[in-house]
Amino acid sequence: MENVELQQDQVAIPTYTELPYYRKQVRIALRNCGIINPQRIEDYIARGGYLALAKALTEMTPDEVIGVMKESKLRGRGGAGFVTGIKWEFARRSPARPKYVICNADEGDPGAFMDRSILEGDPHSVIEGMAIAAYAIGSEEGYIYCRAEYPLAIAHLKTAIQQARDYGFLGKNILGSNFNFDLHIKEGAGAFVCGEETALMASIEGRRGEPRPRPPFPAVSGLWSKPSNVNNVKSYAMTPQIILNGAEWFASIGTENSPGTAIFALTGKINRTGLIEVPMGITLREIIYDIGGGIPGGKKFKAVQTGGPLGGCLPAEALDTPVDFDSLVQAGATMGSGGMIVVDEDTCMVEFAKYFLTFASAESCGKCVPCRIGGRRLLEVLTRISNGEGKPEDLDEIEYISRNMKEASLCALGQLTPGPVMASLRFFRSEYEAHIYDKKCPAKVCKGLITYRVIEENCTGCMVCKRNCPAGAISGEKREVHYIDPSICERCGICITVCKFDAILIE
Amino acid sequence: MAIVSSNSTTSAADPLEDGRKRAMLLAALYIAQEQFGWLSEEAIRRVAERLDLSVGQVKSTASFYTMFKLQPQGKYRIQVCEGLSCYLVGGADPIIEYVSAKLGIQPGETTADGLFTLEVVQCLAACGTAPALKVNDELYENMTFTAIDQLIERLQEQAE
Ligand SMILES: Cc1cc2nc3c(=O)[nH]c(=O)nc-3n(C[C@H](O)[C@H](O)[C@H](O)COP(=O)(O)O)c2cc1C
Ligand code: FES
Repeated sequence: MENVELQQDQVAIPTYTELPYYRKQVRIALRNCGIINPQRIEDYIARGGYLALAKALTEMTPDEVIGVMKESKLRGRGGAGFVTGIKWEFARRSPARPKYVICNADEGDPGAFMDRSILEGDPHSVIEGMAIAAYAIGSEEGYIYCRAEYPLAIAHLKTAIQQARDYGFLGKNILGSNFNFDLHIKEGAGAFVCGEETALMASIEGRRGEPRPRPPFPAVSGLWSKPSNVNNVKSYAMTPQIILNGAEWFASIGTENSPGTAIFALTGKINRTGLIEVPMGITLREIIYDIGGGIPGGKKFKAVQTGGPLGGCLPAEALDTPVDFDSLVQAGATMGSGGMIVVDEDTCMVEFAKYFLTFASAESCGKCVPCRIGGRRLLEVLTRISNGEGKPEDLDEIEYISRNMKEASLCALGQLTPGPVMASLRFFRSEYEAHIYDKKCPAKVCKGLITYRVIEENCTGCMVCKRNCPAGAISGEKREVHYIDPSICERCGICITVCKFDAILIE
Repeated sequence: MAIVSSNSTTSAADPLEDGRKRAMLLAALYIAQEQFGWLSEEAIRRVAERLDLSVGQVKSTASFYTMFKLQPQGKYRIQVCEGLSCYLVGGADPIIEYVSAKLGIQPGETTADGLFTLEVVQCLAACGTAPALKVNDELYENMTFTAIDQLIERLQEQAE
C-alpha cells in the first residue's frame, strides 16, 4: 500500500488507523475484537493467543507471575481500580483450599457494552487471563458470571471453553504441566446489584444476590467461603498481553498511577458513538471531540457522565481533565467500568440525575436501610423539584440524605447511589435553583414546568398537529390558528415533531 | 433459552456437593419457567424437590431476580425499554405511560383478558434505533405513539 505512488490529483484513502476515530486509540483488550473470528481458537492462536499461558506455565513460577502483575500496576477495570497483582497475591497467601477464580461479566450499567464486546469478539483472551490468574493463585476451578441479557456472549464463551479444552488449554495437566484448571459459566437473572462481588458470589451459589459486608474479603472467604479472586472481564483480557510483553511495556502506556488503556462505550449526544480503547491520561476533550467528533446538530456540550449510574457528571470546564482513576475522582466523577455518556444543552441536569437515581434506587436489594430508604427519599425530593414543587430547603435535604447513604450503606451500591445527584448539584446548582425558585426548567424538559404554545404568525392551520395529538388538546379549524389547551396537554412533544412550519414553541 | 450446567467434576464425598446442588437453582428456575411460562406453585415445588430445597428457599430466591416471573404472564409480554438512549430521544417514561394508559394496567400487571403484560426493562441493545420495545421475543424500534396503536391493534386482532 505504501509503495503505490499517488498521482497528483488523487487523494489517498486513509487506512483505518489514520481515521480520526482510531488515531488516538491504543488497543490492548480490544486488539482482536472485530479482527478475528471469535468462534475459531485457531484465529486467536494465530494472533499469539495462549502464548502467555504457555510462558507462565513453563518459564515462570506463580510468584513471578504475581510479581509481573504487581509491577505492571494494572488496576482492576471493574470500577474500584484495585491493583490486580496485589489482589492475586492476597488470594495466593490464603491457606484454605479449594480456591476459585471468578470473572465478573455482569455489566449492568446503562449505556455500557465494553465487556459484552470482548466476550463476544474475543472470548479466549478472557479464558487465557483467567487460566493465568488461576495458576498464580493456585486455583483449579473458575466461574464466569455473565448477565443473561447477553446470549451471544454466553454462546461464544461456551464454544471457546470447549475449544480450549480440546486444545489442552483447559482441563488436566495443561500444556504438559501439572496445572489443572477448568471453567463454568453462570447466567445471572436480572439484578444489577449482582455485579457487586459479594452479591455475585451469593448468586453463583444459587442464593439471593445480596451483598454482605467486607471484610472478610473474597480473597480470604469468597465463593462457598473459600478463597476467591474476582476480576472484571477487561482485567482478565489485558492479563495475557502483560505477561507476554512485560510489566515495563504495560507501564509505559498511560500514566504513572493508572497505566495501560481505558475502554469506554461512548454514547449519547455525540457524533461517533461506539467502543474505544485509549491510553490513560488522554483528556475528556480529546475523547469527545477528536475521537467522538463532537456534538451533533451544532448543539453545545453540556456534561459527560462517567462511571455509569454510580458515577458522576462533569461540566465543560472539566473537559481538560485527564482520564485516569485518580483524576476523574478528583474532578468529581469516577472511572467506573467504562460507560461514557455525553449530553448537550437540551438535557436538563435535574432530570438527568433523576434518571440515574431512578435506576440505582430501583436496584437496591433492600437489605440495608440507608440504601433502601435513602434512595427512595432522594428520588422523592428530585421528583418534587422537577415537578416544580421544590422547596428551598430541598437542596440541603439532598446533601443530608446523600451523606447518610454514603456513610451508612452496606455496599458500594448504596454508598455510590447519590453520586450522580451530588455531582450534578455541584456543577449545575443554578439549574436546580431555577427549578425551585423560578419554577423554570432552563433546558425546557421538565414537564411540570413547561407549556406548549402555538406561534400565531407561523401557524397555517394545516391541522397536522391536531390530528396527531394523542391527548386531544389542540383545537382549531382548517386554515385558522390552532390553540393548545395547557390543561389537557400532556407535553409529549409530538406536535413539535410533526409541525412543518416551526409554529410550536416550548415555554 | 440456553441453560448452562456446571458439569461438576467432584465426587459425591465432596463437602461442597450440597452447595453445588443449590448452585443449580437459577438454571433450574430458567428451565421451569421455559416449560410452564411462569413459576407457578407447581413449578416451584418441583424445582424444590429436585434440588432438596424447601419451597420457601426457592421462592425467596426466585423473587429476588427480575427475570423470574411469579405471576402468570400475558400472551403478549410488552417490554418497554427505559434505558438511557431511549430516554434521551424522548422514549422511556412517555412510552411506558402511553402503553399503561392504553391497556389500563401498571407496569408488572397483566390485562384482565390475559392478553398483555406490561414490563419495564433496561437497555434492549437497540440504542441506535431508540425508542425500542419488545413483544415476547420480537424487537420493535423507532417507536411512536401511532406505531404503538397499530401494534396493539394488530396483536388484538391476531389473538382473536
Ligand atoms: C452495585 C455494583 C455493581 C457492580 N457491577 C460490576 C460489574 O458489572 N462488573 C464488574 O466488573 N464490577 C462491578 N462492580 C465492582 C465489583 O464489586 C468488583 O469490584 C470488581 O468486579 C472487581 O474486579 P476488578 O478488580 O477487575 O475491577 C460492581 C460494584 C457494585 C457496588
Ligand atoms: S436504551 Fe433503549 S435500547 Fe438501549
